[in-house]
Parts: sequence; C-alpha cells; structure tokens
Amino acid sequence: MSDWDTVIGLEVHVQLATKTKIFSGASTAFGAEPNTQACAIDLAMPGTLPVLNKQAVHYAVMFGLAIDAEIGKESAFERKNYFYPDLPKGYQTTQLEKPIVGRGTVEIELADGSKKNVRIHHAHLEEDAGKSLHEGNFRHGVSGIDLNRAGTPLIEIVSEPDMTNAEEAVAFARKLHSIVTSIGICDGEMSQGSMRFDVNVSVKPRGSDTLGTRTETKNLNSFKFMEEAIAKEVERQIDLIEDGGTVIQETRLYNGDTKVARSMRSKEEANDYRYFPCPDLLPVIVSDATIEELRRNMPELPDARRARFVDQYSLSNYDAGVLSSDAAMAAYFETATATSGNAKLAANWTMGELSARLNNEDLSITKSPVSAEQLGGLIARIADNSISGKMAKEVFEGIWAGEGDADQIIEARGLKQVSDSGALEQMVADVLAANQAMVEDYINSDEAKRKKKLGGFMGQIMKASKGQANPQQVNQILAKKLNQLL
Amino acid sequence: MNIERQEIEKLATLARIAIDESTIAEVTERLDSVLGLVDQLQAAETSGVEAVSHPMQGTQRLRDDEVSEINQREALQAIAPDTEEGLFLVPKVIE
Amino acid sequence: MYNLTVAELVKGLQSKAFSSVELTQHFLDRIASLNPDYNAVITVTADQALKAAAEADKRLAAGNAPALCGVPILHKDIFCTNGVRTSCGSKMLDNFIPPYNATVVENFEQAGAVVLGKTNMDEFAMGSSNETSFYGPVKNPWATDSVPGGSSGGSAAAIAARLAPAATATDTGGSIRQPAALCGITGLKPTYGRVSRWGMIAFASSLDQAGPMARTAEDCALLLNCMASVDDKDSTNIDHKIDDYSASLNNPVKGLKIGVPKEYFSEGLNPGTEKVVRQALAELEAQGAELIDISLPNSGLSVPAYYVIAPAEASANLSRFDGVRYGYRCENPKDLQDMYSRTRAEGFGEEVQRRILIGTYCLSAGYYDAYYGKAQQVRQLIRQDFAQAFKQVDVILGPTCPSPAFKFGSKGDDPVAMYLEDIYTIATNLAGLPGMSVPCGMVDDKPVGLQIIGNYFEESLMLNVAHQYQQVTDWHSAAPEGIA
Repeated sequence: MSDWDTVIGLEVHVQLATKTKIFSGASTAFGAEPNTQACAIDLAMPGTLPVLNKQAVHYAVMFGLAIDAEIGKESAFERKNYFYPDLPKGYQTTQLEKPIVGRGTVEIELADGSKKNVRIHHAHLEEDAGKSLHEGNFRHGVSGIDLNRAGTPLIEIVSEPDMTNAEEAVAFARKLHSIVTSIGICDGEMSQGSMRFDVNVSVKPRGSDTLGTRTETKNLNSFKFMEEAIAKEVERQIDLIEDGGTVIQETRLYNGDTKVARSMRSKEEANDYRYFPCPDLLPVIVSDATIEELRRNMPELPDARRARFVDQYSLSNYDAGVLSSDAAMAAYFETATATSGNAKLAANWTMGELSARLNNEDLSITKSPVSAEQLGGLIARIADNSISGKMAKEVFEGIWAGEGDADQIIEARGLKQVSDSGALEQMVADVLAANQAMVEDYINSDEAKRKKKLGGFMGQIMKASKGQANPQQVNQILAKKLNQLL
Repeated sequence: MNIERQEIEKLATLARIAIDESTIAEVTERLDSVLGLVDQLQAAETSGVEAVSHPMQGTQRLRDDEVSEINQREALQAIAPDTEEGLFLVPKVIE
Repeated sequence: MYNLTVAELVKGLQSKAFSSVELTQHFLDRIASLNPDYNAVITVTADQALKAAAEADKRLAAGNAPALCGVPILHKDIFCTNGVRTSCGSKMLDNFIPPYNATVVENFEQAGAVVLGKTNMDEFAMGSSNETSFYGPVKNPWATDSVPGGSSGGSAAAIAARLAPAATATDTGGSIRQPAALCGITGLKPTYGRVSRWGMIAFASSLDQAGPMARTAEDCALLLNCMASVDDKDSTNIDHKIDDYSASLNNPVKGLKIGVPKEYFSEGLNPGTEKVVRQALAELEAQGAELIDISLPNSGLSVPAYYVIAPAEASANLSRFDGVRYGYRCENPKDLQDMYSRTRAEGFGEEVQRRILIGTYCLSAGYYDAYYGKAQQVRQLIRQDFAQAFKQVDVILGPTCPSPAFKFGSKGDDPVAMYLEDIYTIATNLAGLPGMSVPCGMVDDKPVGLQIIGNYFEESLMLNVAHQYQQVTDWHSAAPEGIA
C-alpha cells in the first residue's frame, strides 16, 4: 500500500433547512406521504415557472462566510439536461459558471492532533431530485416516483482533491457536517439524506506528479460507509493496476448494508449535460449589506465553540473537541450544564453514558429519550449528593424508559441517598457492632492490608442502607471510627 | 455542413426521441438544411461582444420562505397516466 | 353584432343594447357554423361561456362591472385554462386538462370577459403557417387555400372570420404579428416581461411573450390593459409602471420620428407588399410624421441566431413531456428508455422534433461556443442596433412579412424556407422590444401588414401610431368575402 498515493476529492450535497423548496412554496418537511408536497411547479407542469427562495440564498451565503470563501455577489443558474423519472423537468436547475460561493478553506483535525487545510473549490445552489422506489405498495415490475423531495434546496460543496486517505476524507466530511449544523443551515440528519457524499478517488505511484484516473462513488450517506467505500475503492484500483489493468473513469455505487461496490449501468459518454443559462431565472445579486447582516448574525462556528468550551467550562481540549463538533451535541451539553450547574459531569455523561446508549439504539442525539434538561436534572442530584453515582445510572435508565424526571424517579423509588451524618454515624456504628470479627481482623492487620479490608465494611454498610448511603461520607466516618479503635 | 447519421443517432438518444429507420435520411437532410442556415452565424464578427442570456436588464426576485402550497395530490394526479398509492409509476428504473 | 369592435361591444353591453348572453350565443353560433371552414377553434367551452355571460349580465346590471365584463374572447390553446383541455396544438397534450389558470386567463376572468374556447395553433408554437398542428391546419378566411400564418393562426383566423372580437396569442419570433398581417387584423407583442408567462406553455423562455389580437389598435389597447400585470410567479416578469394603454391613442403623430430600416426593404420583399407598406408610411408622413432612413446592420443574422436560441431553449423546455406525470404516454413501453423515446416520437410532430434535435445539437459538447455562445453574442449586436436606431427615431416601421399569405404546402419540404417568413419580426424578440402589426392594404386580394416597433415599454406610443393610422384608413375594417 505504501507504494501508492491516494488522491481524494469530495462533492457534498447538503440539504438546506428551509421551510419551502428552492423554486416553489411547497413544504420540505420530512416524512410526508408521497407527492403531497409536490406542487405544480415541482411536477414541472406546463407553464409553471421557478421563483427563488430567499432563505436558500442566505443559507448559501452563510456557508460561504463560515469557510471564509469568496461570495459570488452575482451568481446565475444553469440548466443541466438529462432524463430521469425523478427529475420532472428533464433538467436540473443548478449553477455552473457563476456559483454563489467561490474558493474557501476548511480546517480539519486528525486523530493524532495534526491539522490540515482542505481547499474548497466552490459551493453552488441547486435543486434536489425526487425519489425512485423500486418496490413498495404497488404492482411488481415498475418503479414508483415520489416527487416530495424534488426541488428541495441543496448546496453542493466541491473540494479540491486535497485528501490523501479515508481518515482525512471522513474528518473533512465531519467538519462540514459540524459547520452546516452549527450555523443552522442544515439539520444534519444523515439517515434522512440531509447530507450525501460523492467521493472521487484515484491512486498514483508514490511521489508521482501525474494524477491517476479517478472514479466517482456516489450518494454515500454515512461517514462509516464513506470510509469503507474509499478503502475498498483504493484497494480495487491498486489491485487492478498491479495486475496490469487500467482504471476506467466511471461512476460507482456502494451498498453499505451488503458491503458491495459496483459500477453504475449508464455509460459516461451518454451524459452530455448541455449546460446553458436558465432563461427563467435572472442573475442573483447579493448585496454587501446582506452579506454584512448575515455575517453579523452568524451563529457560533465549531472552532470558536470549541475554544469557548475550553475556556468557559474548563474542559480539556479533547472533551471540548468531541462536544463541540456536533452542533446538536454541543447544544445538548450546554443545556445540561445550565440546568445542572456542573459542566464536568455534564461532559462526562453526555460523551459517556448518553452517547453509548444512543449509539446502541442507533439514535441521534436529537431523538434522545432523555432530554438535556432531564439529564441536567439528574446531574444536579449527583452534584448535590442526593444520589450516588451508582444510583444515578438507575435513575438514568428510568428517565430513558419514560418514567419521568430525575426527582420524580428518586422520589418514587425511594432512592434518595442518605447523607445525614447523624444517620450515617449510627449506621456505621451498627455495622461495626454487628461485625466484631471483622473489626478484630482489621485491627490486627498491618497497614497495607487494612486498606483492602475497608471494602468489606463498605459492602456491609451499603447493603444495610440498600445502597443509599453516601459512599464518600461513609468512607470518612468508617475510617474515623476504625482509627479510633486502633 | 453535413451532419453524419451517427451524430443524428446521438442527438436522438440525448433528446429521447426515437427516429424511425425509414425516416432517418429525410431527418438528416432537413436538419442539414437548418444547420446550413445557422452556420451563417460563423461569419459574424463578435470578438469582445458580451453574450446575452436575458433580453432585459434585471435581477432575480426573491421569495419569502413561507409555505404557500397546499397538498393537491388528487387534483394533480387526476391527469397522470399511471399512479398507485400516490406514486407516479414508470417502467422499472435500473441504475 | 359580430362586426362590432371590443370597444363598441363594451359600450353596447353597458348601454344594454344587448346582453352578454345574447352576444355570447351569437358568437357560439357563428363558431358552430363557420369554424369547420377554417378550423380556427379547437375547443369550444359553450356551457362555461354562457354561464359566465349570465354572471356578467348580473354585474352589468348591478353597475359594478369590470372593464371587459361580458365581452366574449378566445384564448390561444397555449394558455392553461383550469378544467379545460389545453393542447398547445399537440398530440402530446391532447388529454391535458390543467388544474390551474395562466395569469393571462386569470386577468381576463377578473375583467369579466367570457371565454368562448381555445384556438388552434402551430404545435408548441413552432411554425409560421399553422400547418403543424395536431388538429389540422387553419385556413386563412381571406383565401382558404392559403395559410393564416402562425403560430397564432387560429386566433388570427377567428378574428378575421368574426368568430370572436378578440383573442389572446403569443409571439416568440413573430407568431402574433405575422398571422395578424396575413389575416388582415391587428396584433401586438409587448415588451418582453410586460405580460406574465405563468401558465403559458413555454417554447423559448427568453423570447416568448403573450399579447392581444383584435381588429383595431383601440381594441388591442383595451386588451393589453387587461393582460399586462406584475406577477410574482414569473421571475422574468418586470415590475415596470403599467400605462393605461388607451390614454394616448389620440395624440397626434405630428413630429413623430419614424425609422425606416433599409434592411427591411431589400431583396426578398414582395414588390406588391413593398408598395402597400410605403403607401402606409406616406400616409403617416402626410399626418406630420417624419420618415428617417435607418440601418439595422445585423438584421441578416437575426434568423440564424433565432434558430439556435429558440430551439436550444425549447429542447430543454420540452424535456418535461416524457409521459410520466401528465400528457401522452405510448402504449406498452418495453422499458423506461423505450417509454421516453416512443412517447416523444409519437407525441411530438415533425417540426417540434426537428427543433428539439437542432437545439440539442447547438448545446452539445463541442458545439456550444460555435452555436449557442455565438448566437447570444449576435443577440447583443442586434440589441445594440436597435439601441442605436432609437437614439434617432421614436418608432421603427416596415413590412411585417416579406409577402402575403402563401398557399398550403408551398414552402416545400425545406424547413428553412418557412423560417425565412419571420425575417422582419424575429429581431424584435431577440431584443425584447415590443412590436405590432396593423393591416395596411391588399396584394392579390390578400392582406398586408405594417409592422410598428417601439422602444422598451413604449406600447402606448405604438398603439397611438397605429390608432392614428387607423383613423385615416379603413383596412382594419375590411372583412373577407362572405364574412360581414
């Protein structure tokens, strides 16, 4: 593998979180019944015409500002012509010669802490196509077309081929995800197709200046699948060349479920898209005033948020990085912190218990059964010693299962930690009294062995208190009492 | 300008219009005539002249991002050739 | 009643000389008996018309009648009419019933007009003779062995035959003006962007414009008042102040500077036509206008440029006709590509297919710069020609067509022969300027049109010149033999 260099470029399609389509006033809400959000314009009925969504323009500009890119103050739409049933007009309205966002940069950080700049060639506005269903509630042997998605605004972000391995590509993709969700232009729901990746991959002999022929693997909608697809494609190309073959330029698909990659049926040369300026749409002008206003009101960017997390919450760089990279997680963490008043615990629980559970059940944090406020409420009870860390896990499960908030569950199950020192003193005394043999053993052991024997007393005390004794306090009282006996 | 038959076949594919074998010669001849007409453009002196995509000066109007279309599936699909369960049906799409 | 102009009908309806129901029935009867001779109307909406007429009569009685209340009109079958078949002259849309109205249709509805039906046209507005319609050719009422012109042949013939006093039409390269000239009526193409294209089936988006057809300039002014509007649904529609187009009709033309382009009076112009048009110019000179020789040097490039740009835009605009969501679908497609290819081969006529192929060619890889790119530059040259001319003159006049109505099939098989029909009208579409045609004489017993071209948004001035001309001539009142 090390005889070869890999060259990777990405084209990322980001669905903009506008309420309506880019060229019509139909809703873009996810999950509607087929063709209930496809108006006459979306169906390309005769005589219908496009009108541009202001918010789509603003969201595109915001993306440009977020990556320090040139803003195309005068941009234009073109028609990309091809026939496909999910493309009602027989052309896609997109941008080519004059995109709304020009050259920019995205900084990525890799696992070893090193940083790299990935250059953005441009980003342009375009409309999404509908969906083709190859099986469903309809007769066999046909495909069903749902045009709800047709006309949803997209920005297509095109990188330079600056990435050299799957890790960099994934880091770049994740950073983009982080940026677009942080500034609120995309909901980032990968499973809903809010972000899709096309990966251009080629290989060349190590150190060579000549780029190899690249292939394009389209429509990947998860970071994991993208990583797998890249690895597979690189291997395929290297094997092919080493066996004396040549890589042909082609479009490929990768099925993440079956782990199978294949070439697409349509021949490349059949696709002469015949781009030309769309005569139904006039030049799009973005004024300096608009740009300034959007810049002024720009939500916090991931890098800035990370720095703030380190500062404001005294988090480690690593923790801040994890929590700030995903906008939804960052918001969750901050709400939990605000509710509980304890950033460290909030960080630990969000990155730890919560994330693990969400991953297990394949849920995104936005769908968490435990809300940020609820987690905050739980953490507050840990922080004020109402419950022990161990109890907290039980309460967490209860909240997850929908039993209510932390306080409700603690009350209902009687889990309140006993922290009253008087009660605890009595408890310890009782246990010591009931376990004279153990006490004798403790006194007669040497110092090194004594430490270990504390656990035994702890166990008894916790059992006697049904786990509700505050362990830290018990520890102190136990140590004190035992020392008195020495 | 003499357009080749192969070229016509390529155009027919791009435009998704089946051209019958029996008419292809005629189609070619007539297309050739039109291309002869438009080839007159080549004589025009246009260096430095800006290309015009829109006849009038003007910039694109922007629409507020508010939902203005209601679900009209029934009305819009009443005239469709083949639908089932709210979907438009076509011969199987192969990727 | 069928000889009355729209202006006269409006007065008659308001003064209760007749009712809208009477009027409507009158025209419906005429259509029923005479249309078979001309094939100008392809859909008659008798029930809806009579219902609308009854409503109009109520409003007229109540005294709150809008401008065209109760006036019967026809719509070119390119305007989507809610619940009424809109075919665009094509088999592809023979079964298409739109669930929405074009803005032009809405505007007339608001104005209280009564829609008698939809007129025949060249398929997808591509043609200059109305011979390409799926519904058969339209015959010129002046000479039924001859064409009425196109693509708005049905609307023009209907007015000439007095099947309706007014009709809507569209003009992409001359499709209002040329049939108006060949049928001896008045037709106007507004400035690009003046009238909304929403619901008007697109042929060439940067050239298409809707306009009125009637027998007089006065009528066209009334109709344009209704058609012109600012419409958010059409991004190319321009928010420019809308005149009252009737207000300046009576201004004298004394001192008006009329440009006479030498390129419009050169070889290819029928001598009879030239004579008649020059007479018309003399008429206006006699009224005090000044004739100034001008040149539009790039005129010769207008037809080649048009036949790149229009087909290119059309090739994309017509891609939506694929048998998936509406319109014609071929029987028993064996697979998806077969469905596309056969639906379009069977649904589109020869001329439409030809233009789609031309357009596809001009946009394809390797040819774009030489054809489409070049044509867009030539378009700029043509605009500049007019801009220069309008520095010296107020309006530009000349013949609308190179010769009067030609016989069916006389252009032969060569499509280019037909394309050259639009030699004087095409440049105005490329530049986006307004233009109109008024009848100005006869040659071989067939009408000849005088074309008036105005500067951007100068429809009022054009109508003024036309009206003044029609005050001292009566070509616009002439009717084909047997009619009137």
